[in-house]
Amino acid sequence: MSTETDISTTASRTDLPTPGARIGLTDAELGRPGAAVLHGVDLEAAPGEILTVVGPSGCGKSTLLRTLAGLLPALAGQVTQDGRPLTGPGADRALVFQEDALLPWRTARANVELPLAIRGLGRAERRATAEQWLERVGLAGLERQLPHRLSGGQRQRVQLARALAGQPRAVLMDEPFGALDAQTRAGMQQLLVEVLRGTGATVVFVTHDVDEALFLGDRVALLGAGALTGIRTVPRPRERDARADPATVALRHDILESLGPRTS
Amino acid sequence: MTTVTAPAAMEAPAGPAPARRTARLRPVVRALSLLAALGLWQLLTTLDIQLWLRFDQFPSVADVAREFGQRLGDGAYWQDVTDSLRRIVTGFLLAAVLGVAAGVAVGRSRWAADLIGPVLEVLRPVPAIALVPVAILLFPSNEQGIVFITFTAAFFPVLVATRHAVRALAPVWEEAVLTMGGGRWRVLASVVLPGALPGIFGGLSVGIGVSWICVISAEMISGEYGIGYRTWQDYTVIDYAGVFTGIVSIGLLGWLTSTVVELLGRRLTHWLPRREGSATS
Repeated sequence: MSTETDISTTASRTDLPTPGARIGLTDAELGRPGAAVLHGVDLEAAPGEILTVVGPSGCGKSTLLRTLAGLLPALAGQVTQDGRPLTGPGADRALVFQEDALLPWRTARANVELPLAIRGLGRAERRATAEQWLERVGLAGLERQLPHRLSGGQRQRVQLARALAGQPRAVLMDEPFGALDAQTRAGMQQLLVEVLRGTGATVVFVTHDVDEALFLGDRVALLGAGALTGIRTVPRPRERDARADPATVALRHDILESLGPRTS
Repeated sequence: MTTVTAPAAMEAPAGPAPARRTARLRPVVRALSLLAALGLWQLLTTLDIQLWLRFDQFPSVADVAREFGQRLGDGAYWQDVTDSLRRIVTGFLLAAVLGVAAGVAVGRSRWAADLIGPVLEVLRPVPAIALVPVAILLFPSNEQGIVFITFTAAFFPVLVATRHAVRALAPVWEEAVLTMGGGRWRVLASVVLPGALPGIFGGLSVGIGVSWICVISAEMISGEYGIGYRTWQDYTVIDYAGVFTGIVSIGLLGWLTSTVVELLGRRLTHWLPRREGSATS
């Protein structure tokens, strides 16, 4: 069913400062003890790749991401990074949440400075780096605002800046634009593509929006009914006009078909 | 602070100007409220009202003011004030530090909850003032006993408020810091303590109030000097103006210390989204 191809060569983002991580799941059972939600998952994200994961609500997308982040141990099977088993969360895998994960008592800049402080950077360097990232996500001038003064879209920009400022080797994104209106979401997708261009990070991006998955992903993994049901390669990733391409239309149809009820 | 939506919606079109005018009026209203209470007191006592409640033995506002004025010039009064303040500040600060520490430990660690939780739960319902005999047995001097009782009084409200605040923290904050490579101390310093601060200050506000109740009671029972001791002494020699001077002093000092706690809390939690001009005490 799924069209497996060697994607290690498709990474278009070369001359990268931080090499992306290769993260993988082997025959993994995921969930909380006694309540596994995913079984027999085999999945690998190649260095520098954007792998999107789509599936209906409650299919275990967030569980998959939290496992990859090291926040949840796999119930069975293996979670690996560059071939070594993962032992816990770490600075090399940043997580971007759908819900508001900014610390509300820290200004936008202080939020972005947090991973830098954890890495032990000095005050001046921290501040400069944070301001650079905030400018890159289009928030210059809002550095000193508290999160509750920012809009939902602006808060997700700060989250993005905070995740990337720590120079992670992998960015795990849990429906980061799910709560935004359609127009803001399209803008955020574009912004994500632009800011990722400068990094070499591997991205695993979870969404329930098939169009978002097709736009952002080099490959799309399909989740459903407690298992990984397929992986598709996207013909023209991150090109807006690829949407009308017959190949994309066919792939979109194929994905909806395998995700949705058989009757549709 | 309005929970009913309809009046709030009706207020909204009025705009900011009337709101500002009401805000300017508020200190005036507060002062008037205080003056009205004093006026009522003066009226009830000078008219020697006896309507089941008997005010004929009460000193009037003027009597108390005269007595208060005299005591303010007396070194013994200030000795009492500083003694009581020293006791309450020592006890309260100890309670704040240990209450937050124990609350965080119990709220964060299952081991701590199992090891010290049951002991704390059994001790918690005991009124601090009931510990006077214990304090007398435990400590070499009354002074330390009074501080201990004051400490115990504030400790439990702080502990309980901290535990609740810690358990109510959004898990994503901690997860975010963990995925930035932060360890447990970083989580404690950057997430748990700042995030729990609004709740902790709720406990501190309650705690400072209970502390006053207990420091005064303890002084009345076993103190040497202090406002509570002085008030009781005045009562035993039927100096009612003196008693009321003591009561007013306790009220003012209590108000002063809770204001300090309140202002400190507001300063440290300035990041909380607040409605402009919302209720303040």
